[in-house]
Amino acid sequence: MSIATQRAERADRFRAAYLDQAAALAPTLPGHGVGWLDRRRARAAERFAEIGFPSRRDEAWTFTDPRPLTRAVLAPAPKRANGVDKTALSRFLPAGVEAHLVVFVDGHFRADLSALDDLPEGVRLGGLAATLTVAPDCMKRVLDHDADAADSGPVALNAALAADGAVLRIADGVALARPIAFLYLASGAPAAMHLRNVVVAGAGARASLIEVYGALGDAAYWTNAVTDLQVADGASIAHLRIQGEAPAAFHLAATRARLGMKGAYRRFALTLGGRLARDEVSARIEGEDGDCRLDGLYLGRDRQHLDTTTVIDHLAPGGASGEHYKGVVDDRARGVFQGRIVVHPDAQGTDAHQLAKALLLSETAEIDAKPELEINADDVKCSHGAAAGEIDADALFYLRARGIDAERARHMLIGAFADEVIERVAEPALRAHVHDLAASWLASAGG
Amino acid sequence: MTSGNGAARAPMLEIENLHVSVAGKPILCGIDLVVNPGEVHAIMGPNGSGKSTLAHVLAGREGYEVTAGTVRYLGRDMLALEPEERAREGLFLGFQYPIEIPGVAGVNFLKAAVNAVRVHRGEGELDAIDFLKLARAKAKLLEIDEALLKRPLNVGFSGGEKKRNEIFQMVLLDPRLAVLDETDSGLDVDALRVVAGGVNALRGPERSVVLITHYQRLLDYIVPDVVHILAGGRIVKSGGKDLALEVEDQGYATLASGTAA
Amino acid sequence: MAASVDTAKTVGALGADEYKYGFVTDIEAVAAPKGLDESTVAFISKQKGEPAWMLDWRLKAYRHWLTMTEPDWAKVGYPPIDYQDAYYFSAPKKAGDGPQSLDEVDPELLRTYEKLGIPLREQEVLAGVAVDAVFDSVSVATTFKGKLADMGVIFCPISEAIREHPDLVRRYLGSVVPYSDNFFATLNSAVFTDGSFVYVPKGVRCPMELSTYFRINAANTGQFERTLIIADEGSYVSYLEGCTAPMRDENQLHAAVVELITHDDAEIKYSTVQNWYPGDKDGKGGIYNFVTKRGACRGRNSKISWTQVETGSAITWKYPSYILEGDGSVGEFHSVAITNNRQQADTGTKMIHIGKNTRSTIIAKGISAGRAQNTYRGLVKALPGANGARNYTQCDSLLLGDRCGAHTVPYIEVKNRSARVEHEATTSKISDDQLFYCRQRGLSAEDAVSMIVNGFCKQVLQKLPMEFAVEAQKLVGISLEGSVG
Repeated sequence: MSIATQRAERADRFRAAYLDQAAALAPTLPGHGVGWLDRRRARAAERFAEIGFPSRRDEAWTFTDPRPLTRAVLAPAPKRANGVDKTALSRFLPAGVEAHLVVFVDGHFRADLSALDDLPEGVRLGGLAATLTVAPDCMKRVLDHDADAADSGPVALNAALAADGAVLRIADGVALARPIAFLYLASGAPAAMHLRNVVVAGAGARASLIEVYGALGDAAYWTNAVTDLQVADGASIAHLRIQGEAPAAFHLAATRARLGMKGAYRRFALTLGGRLARDEVSARIEGEDGDCRLDGLYLGRDRQHLDTTTVIDHLAPGGASGEHYKGVVDDRARGVFQGRIVVHPDAQGTDAHQLAKALLLSETAEIDAKPELEINADDVKCSHGAAAGEIDADALFYLRARGIDAERARHMLIGAFADEVIERVAEPALRAHVHDLAASWLASAGG
Repeated sequence: MTSGNGAARAPMLEIENLHVSVAGKPILCGIDLVVNPGEVHAIMGPNGSGKSTLAHVLAGREGYEVTAGTVRYLGRDMLALEPEERAREGLFLGFQYPIEIPGVAGVNFLKAAVNAVRVHRGEGELDAIDFLKLARAKAKLLEIDEALLKRPLNVGFSGGEKKRNEIFQMVLLDPRLAVLDETDSGLDVDALRVVAGGVNALRGPERSVVLITHYQRLLDYIVPDVVHILAGGRIVKSGGKDLALEVEDQGYATLASGTAA
Repeated sequence: MAASVDTAKTVGALGADEYKYGFVTDIEAVAAPKGLDESTVAFISKQKGEPAWMLDWRLKAYRHWLTMTEPDWAKVGYPPIDYQDAYYFSAPKKAGDGPQSLDEVDPELLRTYEKLGIPLREQEVLAGVAVDAVFDSVSVATTFKGKLADMGVIFCPISEAIREHPDLVRRYLGSVVPYSDNFFATLNSAVFTDGSFVYVPKGVRCPMELSTYFRINAANTGQFERTLIIADEGSYVSYLEGCTAPMRDENQLHAAVVELITHDDAEIKYSTVQNWYPGDKDGKGGIYNFVTKRGACRGRNSKISWTQVETGSAITWKYPSYILEGDGSVGEFHSVAITNNRQQADTGTKMIHIGKNTRSTIIAKGISAGRAQNTYRGLVKALPGANGARNYTQCDSLLLGDRCGAHTVPYIEVKNRSARVEHEATTSKISDDQLFYCRQRGLSAEDAVSMIVNGFCKQVLQKLPMEFAVEAQKLVGISLEGSVG
């Protein structure tokens, strides 16, 4: 049997195994029996049956091969008490920040670890499983939409299998004083966690959201997280994402944001963990004068493969978007940045800019970038820039000529490189937290 | 409404009750102005008074909505003409913020413009060699480095260089009515002297100049026949060249609140 | 130079609102029967008088082609091509062995050349340019062969090179674009009918610019040129390629392959001003242009520069590529791609950095107007051994009107830490301020746009040899007619 045939067979077996899993688990999922939800899960399973996992031949996955993930079929972890207590949480969250907190362990909501007291009027925060069990129809508008038809394999599988996730709903005009934190911990069991998160910000609402992924043990588990964000007219959401999965883990995340008129969405993603991690963001600016900022820093070492893929669709006039991503890649790691900006014909007056830079620290590190512009309106200002290279020799020499030793000089320059994008985290306490995480990574980076 | 001496000839420019809005907001609220051939008028006013709006409306820039009033240039309805038609009829606007055009050498741009005007006038086109001769001679008068001509239009020019380049263009195009929008801003004394020299050389019985300026200093070099104060979208006072000195002494606020002429 | 300038002037003067080369010459043609199979391939090879090894190579390619599928990932959309519904060989009949001098060339042909603005006679006497005029798949006249031969420079139709210089051809043909490389290149390898062959020996600086004019005439004849240019150590050659085509209702296929090889310290400068018929305002009837062009900088410090102005074709699919193997080798790519009405272009370049201290520069300017779609697709790749590689890419798009599109899709792959890759892209339109400034100085809106667009392209146009630059500027103006307003 040729290798190609072997691979095809394995892909089919793999696909079949997950479909069996979906069929077996369906009756146990929250909201089972609710017509639209059952139909939706069935549609998702059909979609996965049709397309399976993506491959290098798919344009969107040309630099990232998800095959390592398909070497085992991972089942969701059972919900059980596993000795995780509140003291374990603090190291994953920014110091000195009093956030409203929902915690998930191995993909299951843990009320005992969460902090839901003193939620302001007009704010609902909790787990998806509970919401679907108790009041499923309030999730219909967000979950039951036809974007499904274009979903990738992992996203379709998530729709079929997700049993839990975070749900945040903010009523019109409510401005939250304290941030909201979603914390996802893996206990170290080699399981699959399909998480479905929903954030709905009403007109004029304001909130700061922190999304953290962390691990209590190293194992080849799989986090498959899909997040749907709706930013209504005039609402403003700041979103900090910290991905610190275990070194052997797989992390596939898809975030879909929709912005209404004058809606603002600012996201910063710090990517540190996982053997294979992909942070996919799709932002649709649907209302006039929307503002979307996507920034991030990814730090890769050993044999990590860290992929950041973004698409910003400007569908209405007057929108502004900005992207600033930096990557530092060491050892045999590989960083991937794909950023597509699409300006649709009606989106006159769009201002869209993108900058992606990467630093290679070792002989064997690798960077792939594909910044894409698709412009169909003419009264726009759009640009992108991408650069990759190593530490500037002139800058290094300058520092050394002032008496700083080579090692320290390198660290200073790499730190400065990363800081430039970390500056874009608006809140000081959060910025400091990101800075600390990056600094400790850098301290142990290759010399 | 005032005009200078020698009013027997037809006016060069006649603005009557001009109202102009930008993005729905009224900026000019009833401008009356007559400029006769051979006259130099100065229009002074505080920021936001509508000076640049007036200049742009005269030149035909889109985005300025004339809601009432008329503008006649050499007896014709000027507002009915396209920008290049006004230019070919001898209107020159010296921009406050001259635009950069990458890749287009200044000398090529000018040759095209000069020839467009010449053809309209029934004169023949200048070929490259003759144009270059003309350009060099004028550049020398204005103390403009020839090398600047070969560079892309205005790209990387300092503010002062851009303004001198505007006057250089004016000298080459030989207009009948020159409207100069804050030409003096960003110029040091030497540059001011040279620019004023260029403008003064243009003065003559068949030509007129409208100087839009914020400061009085330019008017020491280019002495106007009439000075108008523009405030709140209207000409609130007109007078002789001494009016400019009054402005310097008293500031706009006092004068603007005084009686309209 | 003078005659070439004359040529350019003539070409320029012919430009106006209509596609001026829209005429057809009635000449007896020898054609293979419609369709493509092994016998067609054999027919072509026989007509060309090729040795057996050449036919073998063609057949290998043809058989491989049968196993391939057409690519479809570009943003262009085109109706499926029926490969059996075309003639693959159409050559003007020649008496005896072909013309020995211009006097023997069919006078109809010469008149055709005159219409095209190529006064061959004049060129032969006055110019420093040798012309290999390709007409309907056969090179009819080659001038200045003698003078070049004295210097050891070979410039002749590829069919002649296959017969007269088989060793050179065998060594290099398919060495840069293997016959299995891609769908259209494989098709070309099977049925190519002509093209230019150039060999410049060690240390020789080719004293004149080599140029070739192409033309597609007979209905439904795809043109499949194969060009092979070899610059031996320390040599230099500048090659110009300019094309025109007549009006046709059926779309015509053009699938060419160009291979360039430079040895140590050698340089090839390749310029193209392409002016295929773009289809009418509704996109009907233009040329399909699928080209594989690749240059291999084999030698140390060798250099290949490609400058192209693309203004025609209904569909263009073209990615000149560079393999920077030799240490210190340099690749330069300057391109202006203009699309109007319903044209679609998906073009770009691939720079593969392999050796040490290699450098590449990509300057790509795209202009879209009407309902056209213009996509830049580029790849810059630094392989693990490419120490010190340097790339700078600048892609700028200009949109004229609000119903066209401009897209930039660069792929950047860096596998070496000391490689430095920088990419910048901007998309904009002509600003109202710029337009107003020009109009206030007396220029009409059309002239203003033309001037600004030429300014936008200047960085690329100034890389062209002078006579081409003039033609290119006029071409830019003609292609954008009807786009202002």
